[in-house]
Amino acid sequence: MQSGKIVVENLYKVFGPQPQEAIELLKQGWSKERILAEKGAVIGVSDVSFSVEEGEIFVLMGLSGSGKSTLIRLINRLVEPSDGNVYIDGQNVAKMPKAELIDLRRRDMSMVFQSFALMPSRSVLDNAAFGLEVAGKSKKVREERAMRVLKQVGLDTFAHKMPHELSGGMQQRVGLARALAVDPSMIIMDEAFSALDPLKRREMQDVLLELQKTDRRTIIFVSHDIEEAMRIGTRIGIMEGGKLVQIGTPQELIDNPANDYVRNFFNTVDTNRYLTAGQLMADSVPIYVHNGKAPDAQTVCQELQDMDKHYAFIVDEHNNFQGSISLEKIALLVEGGSSCGLDGDVLKQISPLAEDTPLDQVIERLVDNEGPIPVIDEHGHYSGAISKGRLLTRLQGESHE
Amino acid sequence: MSEKKLDLGSWVNDIVQHLLDNYSDGFDSVGAVVNGFSEGIEWVLMLPPAWLLIAIFVGLGLWRIGYKFAIFTAVAFVLIVLTGFWEQTVVTLGLTFSATLISLLLGIPLGIWAARSERVATIIRPILDFMQTMPAFVYLIPAAMLFGLGRVPGIIATVIFAMPPAVRLTNLGIRQVNKEIIEAGQSFGCTPRQLLFKVQLPNAMPSIMAGVNQTIMMALSMVIIASMVGAGGLGNDVLASIQRLDIGLGFESGMAVVLLAIILDRITESFGTPQTANRSSLFSWVNSKLQRQ
Repeated sequence: MQSGKIVVENLYKVFGPQPQEAIELLKQGWSKERILAEKGAVIGVSDVSFSVEEGEIFVLMGLSGSGKSTLIRLINRLVEPSDGNVYIDGQNVAKMPKAELIDLRRRDMSMVFQSFALMPSRSVLDNAAFGLEVAGKSKKVREERAMRVLKQVGLDTFAHKMPHELSGGMQQRVGLARALAVDPSMIIMDEAFSALDPLKRREMQDVLLELQKTDRRTIIFVSHDIEEAMRIGTRIGIMEGGKLVQIGTPQELIDNPANDYVRNFFNTVDTNRYLTAGQLMADSVPIYVHNGKAPDAQTVCQELQDMDKHYAFIVDEHNNFQGSISLEKIALLVEGGSSCGLDGDVLKQISPLAEDTPLDQVIERLVDNEGPIPVIDEHGHYSGAISKGRLLTRLQGESHE
Repeated sequence: MSEKKLDLGSWVNDIVQHLLDNYSDGFDSVGAVVNGFSEGIEWVLMLPPAWLLIAIFVGLGLWRIGYKFAIFTAVAFVLIVLTGFWEQTVVTLGLTFSATLISLLLGIPLGIWAARSERVATIIRPILDFMQTMPAFVYLIPAAMLFGLGRVPGIIATVIFAMPPAVRLTNLGIRQVNKEIIEAGQSFGCTPRQLLFKVQLPNAMPSIMAGVNQTIMMALSMVIIASMVGAGGLGNDVLASIQRLDIGLGFESGMAVVLLAIILDRITESFGTPQTANRSSLFSWVNSKLQRQ
């Protein structure tokens, strides 16, 4: 068994008669179309395995009908699995007796819905307190806790309103508050923000990310919006026809899509936005090592002119970045007649970029800075340089293949 | 009538006769319970003086609907008192209430059951069709045979006639609750019982209340007809006016029925729609004043 907060193993859901037979046929390599035509069984989820780490936001993506909504309902067993296992903290939800399942749902998991699914006859406060009420908490305890989560989502002043008096975005904040009120370690979110307009959607994503900073919960988030998935997802799982075709970080999926279906998802996305300094850098700036003895200005000046380069970087013997100098400056030094070494005062200090710096910050630094900017790896060692010219060719030329 | 190939009617006669011969004790005890129940309700309604009962209805109208309707209620009841039909109206009200309560007591649980079981729903449906569309006079007579003349067969016949909307609209209301709302209930750990009482029934309430409203209206119309088996109330006057061809009496008693129907309809209807702040009711006006302070 894999480890993880949620581990899904060879999970199947077949709608229709004789699910076991259909699963056998699937294993023998029948297509789901053939099983539907000959056996009348609809394959909802087919042999899905994955695990979700504690505190991760795992986004499930796929076209409608790809089985993502069914899959998450198999995890909290709103839909009965036909075969396979779902472990939450090591407990097998798929095989759990009903009473234990109810207890687990009350204690440790909750769900947020696309249509908000608030109870229209309950006030905002009573809606937020619903899970606690079901679990049999006293009125005082549940109202206090509901009030606290309403405050977290910024709705405490609306506690005594009715749901229909609230806008869509606010209603989903209530949905979120209801899910948070039971203080679960995991939340399932089914297209939670899909019914909201783009501005509100972004706002709710921010609310969610902000909440994750204070209390890290494990979240499985279903979405069909790739921008949303990349914004909030730690990892993304892509579903196609009931199968999980690929799992990875947004970057991994962009870099190595498993098939055209996955690639198509990213077609509409400006993937350049997700480029990092590490991917943008190049060996475009000559390096001179300062191993106790500074490089000689005269030599460097000559070499730069020969290579038609305008800047040089100086590193120490451990490959730590020391500073940058422009050809102009070296030329001035050489002209001044002092045959000095390049170190200390003459070098320009630039704070290097980490390899995972996102594009927008790279651009910001390049705007402020005259010459190229060094990039360092996670150990602090020099690994490359980004110049304005380099960035522009990279953005214009090869988008990500 | 052409010659019969199949004599269904004689079978029914046999069945009723069989019931009469073998189960009359059972029917007597059911009759006694119904009779006691309805007498109790009538007694409660007769207890306060006319003005107090009127005041209660006017108050309900003021609370649930608005001052205009409260004025209408007051005028309507005064009209009934002045035309001398007050007592019969209260009897009719009592019969309507008893029949309605019995209908709801049986109908709502049956509706819930039908909503939870496809099989029950399939079995119940034609029975409800039968109860609703079989002309009421047809079962008034066996009811009178089985329970004897008086208020009991009237109430039983009324229950048969008035119960279907309560069953149907309870069933429909529960089935129409948004699927995600049900899932929300389940995902937060509702037991089936909690799901019913905390999620399904509250969300089906508008539909169930529409059923209650329908049941009351149908019960009111039926208790008038039930005067033919001696149920009493305004129906007696309507019946008398027909027998004597007394158009004036017919209009007066009929008017009392109509006014009662309008009042009962609007008040029960108001319980099906949630109260909103902008309603012109005194209650919300007072409420808003209090909140401002």
